[in-house]
Amino acid sequence: MNLPEEIRIQAENINFYYGEKQTLKNVSMAIFKNRVTAIIGPSGCGKSTFIRLLNRMNDLIPNTRVEGRIILDGQNIYDPDVDVVNLRRKVGMVFQKPNPFPKSIRDNLSYGLKINNVRDASSIDDTIRRSLEEAALWEEVKDRLHESALRLSGGQQQRLCIARCLAVVPEVILFDEPCASLDPISTKRIEELIEQLKEHYTIVIVTHNMQQAARVSDYTAFMYLGELIEFGPTEKIFTVPEDKRTEEYISGKFG
Amino acid sequence: MKRNARIQYLGFGFLYLTVLIAVLALGAIIYFITANGIKVINWEFLTQVPRRAMTRGGVAPALVGTFYLTVGAILFALPMGLACAIYLTEYSPRSAVVNVIRMSINNLAGVPSVVFGLFGLTVFVKLLGFGVSILSGSLTLGIMILPGIISAAQEALIAVPQSMREASLALGATQWQTIRKIVLPTATPGILTGIILSIGRAAGETAPIMFTAATFYTRGFPKSIMDEVMALPYHIYALMTEGTFPERQTMIASGCALILLFLVLMVSGLAIYLRQKSRKYELA
Repeated sequence: MNLPEEIRIQAENINFYYGEKQTLKNVSMAIFKNRVTAIIGPSGCGKSTFIRLLNRMNDLIPNTRVEGRIILDGQNIYDPDVDVVNLRRKVGMVFQKPNPFPKSIRDNLSYGLKINNVRDASSIDDTIRRSLEEAALWEEVKDRLHESALRLSGGQQQRLCIARCLAVVPEVILFDEPCASLDPISTKRIEELIEQLKEHYTIVIVTHNMQQAARVSDYTAFMYLGELIEFGPTEKIFTVPEDKRTEEYISGKFG
Repeated sequence: MKRNARIQYLGFGFLYLTVLIAVLALGAIIYFITANGIKVINWEFLTQVPRRAMTRGGVAPALVGTFYLTVGAILFALPMGLACAIYLTEYSPRSAVVNVIRMSINNLAGVPSVVFGLFGLTVFVKLLGFGVSILSGSLTLGIMILPGIISAAQEALIAVPQSMREASLALGATQWQTIRKIVLPTATPGILTGIILSIGRAAGETAPIMFTAATFYTRGFPKSIMDEVMALPYHIYALMTEGTFPERQTMIASGCALILLFLVLMVSGLAIYLRQKSRKYELA
C-alpha cells in the first residue's frame, strides 16, 4: 500500500448540471489502478452522478451538461472525437438493480461478444465459462445456461450482470450501489467477488453502506451536496478523517 | 361494518352484472351469426365463385380478396408504424415538432373510416393512378390502421425498462444494436397485441375499400395486386342492399359474416401464438 499508485482515471474540476441545477461542484479525484475506490455520501450527494460520468452514462439524460475533464489513457473522455462505444467497452458498469436481459443466461453473456462481431462458437463458450467463473456463478448455472436469466435469484442475477460485464473484458468496472436490492448473504458474496476482481480490474463502487465501503475498498471518497469533501486511503478516512463532516457522516450523525 | 360489507356486496354485484352483459352480448353475436351462417357453409361455399346473381355458388373470391387486402395493409402499416414508433420513442428529441407529430397521429386515429376511403380514392386510385385495386385498398386500409399500430408500438417500446437500454449501452453496444437486439425483442409481445387489433379492424372495414378496391362481383380470383377484388365485408353490404332474392341473400350474408369472424379469429390466433412464443424468457 505504500508503493506509489498508478493513476487509471483522473477527474479534473468536474461540474455537472441538470438543467439549471448544479449537482457536482468542482470534483477532482484520482482512481488508482487495480484498487477499489469507494464513493460514499448521503442520498443526493452526487455520488451516482459522478460514477455515471466515468462511462458517459449521463449522456442519456436530456438537459444535462458537463464541465471539466476526465482523463483515461491520456485523453479526456468528453473530447468530441472520443468514441463512446469504445469507452464503454473499456469502462464497464454494474447497476443498482440487477438488469439481466429477458433472454437465456447464455444469451446474456454472449450479447457483448456478438455486438463486437465475435461469431466463433468455441471462443464464445470459453468466454462464457471464464466470465461465469470469475463472477463465482459457474457452478450454480453451468447445467442451465439455456434457462431464462430471470429465473435466477436476485443475487445470482447481479452476479450474472457482473459476468456479463466481465465477458467484454473491460479494464475498469463501475459498481453503482450493486447490493442495494440484495439480501445480506448475496451482498457478502458480491463483496468477496469485488475483492478478487481488483487483481485484474480497476474498480469504483458507489455505496450508501459505510460498512461495505470499509470492508471492500482501498480508497474512499466522501461526497456531500455535490462536493468531494475528503478523499484518501479507506483506513484513514474511517479512523482519522480530516473533515468534521466526514467524521459526522461515518459516525452516523447524519445520512 | 355491516353497512360497508353491504355496499361492497352491491359494488361487486354491479361489476359482475356489467361483465355478464358484455359476455352475453358477445355470446349473442357469435350465436346468431353462427346459427344463421352455418346453414350455407359447405365446401362449395368456401371454394366456388358466386353464380346466378350471387344466390348460388360460393364466396371464395371475397374470402381471398379480404385476405389479400388485410395482409397488404399489415405489410404496409407494420414497417411504417414500427419505424415511426421507434423514431418517436428512441431517437426524437423532446421538441415541439415531435409533440405536433404525436398529436397528429392521435387525431388520425379518430378519423372516420369513410374519410380514409375518400382519401384513398383521391390519392391512390386517381392521383397515383393505381386504379381500383388491391394495392389501393391495402394502402388505404394500411393508413387507417397506422395510428393504432404506432400507438401500440410506442406503448410497448416505452414499457421496456430504461435499465435494459442502459445495460446494453454500458456493454459498448451502439444505440441501433440496443434497439434491434434488446428493445425490439422485449417489446414484441406488446407490438403483436397492437397488430392483432389492427388485423380485425382492417379485415372488417367496408368504407375504406368501397371506392378503392372492392367490387360487387368478379368471375374469378385476382391475378395481380392491380386487380379489383371482392371482399367479405363489402360482399355482405352488397348482398343486403342489392339483388332480387333477399331471403337467400341474407343467409349468404350471414355465412360471409361467419367466415369473416373465423378468418379474424384465425389470424388473431396466430398472432397470439407468436406472442406467447416471444414471451419465452419472461418470468411466468
